[in-house]
Amino acid sequence: MLTQDQAASIFDRIRKLCSADEVEVHFSGGRFALTRFANNTIHQNVEEENHTVSVRTVFGGRTARASTNKFDEDGLRRVVESSESLAKVQHPDPDLLPVPDLREAEGESDKNSSTQPSRHFEQTAALTPRLRAEAVKKIVDVAQKHELTTAGIFSSSESVEGILNSRGLSRWHSQTLAEVSISMLGADSSGWQKANSPDVEILDPLRMAEIAAKKAVDATHPREIPPGRYSVILEPSAALDIVGFMFWDYSGMAILDQRSFLTGRIGTKLFGDNITISDDAAHPLQNGAPFDGEGMSRKRVPLVENGVVKRVVYARATAARMKQSEQRDKVGPIEATGHGFPLPNEMGEMPLNIVFATPQNPQTLDQLIASTERGVLVTRLWYIREVDPYEKIVTGMTRDGTFLVEDGQLRHGVRNFRFNESLIQMLSNIEAMSIPVRACGEESFDMVVPAMKIRDFNFTEVTKF
Amino acid sequence: MIDLNFRMRDLANWALDTANSRGASYADARIVSQRSRALTTKNGKVGSASDSESLGYSVRVIADGAWGFAASEDLSRAGVEATAARAVEIARASAKVKQHDIQLAPEKPVTAEWTTPHKIDPFSISVEQNIALLLKIDSELRSVAGITLAETNLNFNREEQWFVSSEGSDIHQTKYSAGAGYCAYAFAGNEIQKRSYPNSYGGQWQNKGYELIDELKLVENAHRIAEEAVALHHADQCPEGKFDIILDSSQLGLQIHESIGHPIELDRVLGMEANFAGTSFLTLDKLRTLKYGSEMVNVVADARQEHGPGLGTFAFDDEGVPAQCTPIVTNGLFTGYLSSRETAHTIGATRSGGTLRAEGWNRLPMIRMTNISLLPSEKPLTIEQLIASTDHGFLMQTNRSWSIDDKRYNFQFGCEIGWEIKNGKRVRMVKNPSYSGITTEFWNALDAICSRDEWTLWGTPNCGKGQPQQVMGTGHGAAPSRFRGINVGSAYKGS
Repeated sequence: MLTQDQAASIFDRIRKLCSADEVEVHFSGGRFALTRFANNTIHQNVEEENHTVSVRTVFGGRTARASTNKFDEDGLRRVVESSESLAKVQHPDPDLLPVPDLREAEGESDKNSSTQPSRHFEQTAALTPRLRAEAVKKIVDVAQKHELTTAGIFSSSESVEGILNSRGLSRWHSQTLAEVSISMLGADSSGWQKANSPDVEILDPLRMAEIAAKKAVDATHPREIPPGRYSVILEPSAALDIVGFMFWDYSGMAILDQRSFLTGRIGTKLFGDNITISDDAAHPLQNGAPFDGEGMSRKRVPLVENGVVKRVVYARATAARMKQSEQRDKVGPIEATGHGFPLPNEMGEMPLNIVFATPQNPQTLDQLIASTERGVLVTRLWYIREVDPYEKIVTGMTRDGTFLVEDGQLRHGVRNFRFNESLIQMLSNIEAMSIPVRACGEESFDMVVPAMKIRDFNFTEVTKF
Repeated sequence: MIDLNFRMRDLANWALDTANSRGASYADARIVSQRSRALTTKNGKVGSASDSESLGYSVRVIADGAWGFAASEDLSRAGVEATAARAVEIARASAKVKQHDIQLAPEKPVTAEWTTPHKIDPFSISVEQNIALLLKIDSELRSVAGITLAETNLNFNREEQWFVSSEGSDIHQTKYSAGAGYCAYAFAGNEIQKRSYPNSYGGQWQNKGYELIDELKLVENAHRIAEEAVALHHADQCPEGKFDIILDSSQLGLQIHESIGHPIELDRVLGMEANFAGTSFLTLDKLRTLKYGSEMVNVVADARQEHGPGLGTFAFDDEGVPAQCTPIVTNGLFTGYLSSRETAHTIGATRSGGTLRAEGWNRLPMIRMTNISLLPSEKPLTIEQLIASTDHGFLMQTNRSWSIDDKRYNFQFGCEIGWEIKNGKRVRMVKNPSYSGITTEFWNALDAICSRDEWTLWGTPNCGKGQPQQVMGTGHGAAPSRFRGINVGSAYKGS
């Protein structure tokens, strides 16, 4: 693993090779291993180690980036030359700011933000192929006990991320992550569970396997019910996968580009009273580095309060542009929030540490089911894509455990549905929620999100299984 | 680029010798040097300008009848030997949870050299020239009143790979690819409309040199595309109901990708992707029994250069199997899967179909689409003749959204622009067109395909699959085609 001291030494070598006005160097990489199983067999089992150094140079408002994974003298010389030759032929960017110094990057202490907890756990870093195989064996045993087959992954990683620049900024983050995803498959049904954590001891693969297996057994012989508007209970993974499609739009650059569904809507009540959302990298259930692509500290940003869209996030240059724009009085507070992507880029910034607030009267998943006269319980969503960018209609499918709920009880598995649903309408129709948990899916990034009970969810078609 | 020729054999021998001495029954090593350049503009400014290179290797082994794979950037002898030893250790861990030993279809070892045919090395064109082209396009797009956002992109890739195996293969391939495109957005009222050229989500991509960029007529089409984006605001909403539809070749390329290309991947069929990408409705009993489409439907998986410069074109796949053409659908009958050395025996094949590919040096090769193409009609038919022969229907162009279930049955696609056809003529533009259906019902509804002059080999540069996920380029040849009685407008149903 690359250490912070080694990175500092490499940065010094790069500075000596560099003739630019300014230079910023990103480091990233680490060790990653993944044990993959299917048909009750480990069929793929991989491990890699790699680190990348990415050099951004600046000449009089011109900037560009080059990257390599070769840290020897030739490799560093080539990456500096590539970055400089690319930068020199750019047009000057009037919006480009000097690289931040440490004082600007760390900012004034934010009373709303807490210190980020350590996200590096030795027990996760120490996972071996044999330990992962032993866990997979137990998952397979659960599958065989229920006469099912199982497929999934058990992965572990140890990674670093760092930024150093020519104004003395130096930020470094190291962390671990373990992830387990389990599908249980019957002849005509399936169930699924997925979880991850920096601390592998938080994960309980055996319990996840039992839950996935129960779903597969309970969903046997799914029946077709007609598409239409239903009360729908989305488990947390399903909820995050669908709501994740709106967070690209909570960006100052998206507003300036007029590609956000929030254009003209900031300050308005867009969702139900019960929706309050923030972005908070320091939240104990969140993940990732405490700084953004320029090294700026990630601030806690309240995005939505009681259904009203309050503000969006900003990279430094986006905030400066917004302050000069005609929209500056209509977009809420404007300040660099520490959410920028590495420069140069077209997208600006995005909130990636979403936290839904705990509702006033949280309910367990069982309570959400028990209070439903007729509806559909959804375990997982799949292949979600945006249909309409301003009404925020998205389409996708249910998958791996879809059930009819009647009179407060799960009745039977049903064939999977296609939905076409406006996220604006969906977040206005939430009748009840659970306590938010750390959840992960496949279509969007991990977040802290509740299970949601939604009225009039729009299923438009049904598939063959 | 890093000159690796002089070290390649040493690296390979260190890896294979170590794997062999540790007890591997099979081993291969891939040493890969990748270089890429990405340039974008947005509203008159360069959006991003970046070069990247990456060099590393992987060692794939079978030990105790199970797979192990390890990859590293460390090119030292100690690093290579440790990586190979790690691969064997991982394989032995895999063997703790197995139902049977890995069985590889035989393949004759080869020694070969191959490079993507290209006229102009894309990295030889100056960055100034590339940026000038993109800014010219940007200027054309934004010269149309109502355009609120213009984005352009150019991308070039070079990948040099040495593949060696314990069976004696020694293959050196260098692949070039290029991509270019742009998009114009128009925001007004409560609506965002967009048009893209030559295709959405990055434009057109092929395994070619810079000559691709010259062929695309990017500047020449910019004004029209921008005007269409603005005009969509004044167009009627595409109606809902059952209609005949004509798909342009780029949309049909994606339709092929999602509803033929993915379900024929044999690893999906066998359940290997069940946890993530899903499985397939094409269970083994359907081979040579399922009527996949109408009799006009002929689909091949063709990785050979003679099929064209698709993103799925190569000389050898990433386990050393030569490029092949596999008939997938023959006169409507389902006739073939995409296979590998590990999976070939499950369909009674004595040889792999040659489709195992990896995103880079640090990824395990897996079954990927090559060029999955719908063959054109042999009878001459232009798109204008096809429109002229349609009583009532909708022509849909350029993908805007796409989604399909995890067995690849139910799909829904949205397009950027539609045109209503009445009595053989385009009578009006419609906005937000979409269509949906069930895969086999849809392909059986095909009743006309345009001929070779209308056929384009499209590149899809962003196909995701696997855990850890790998992004791969695939090719899809298609000519505009007509489908009868399709569900139209379901994406906006009830909204």
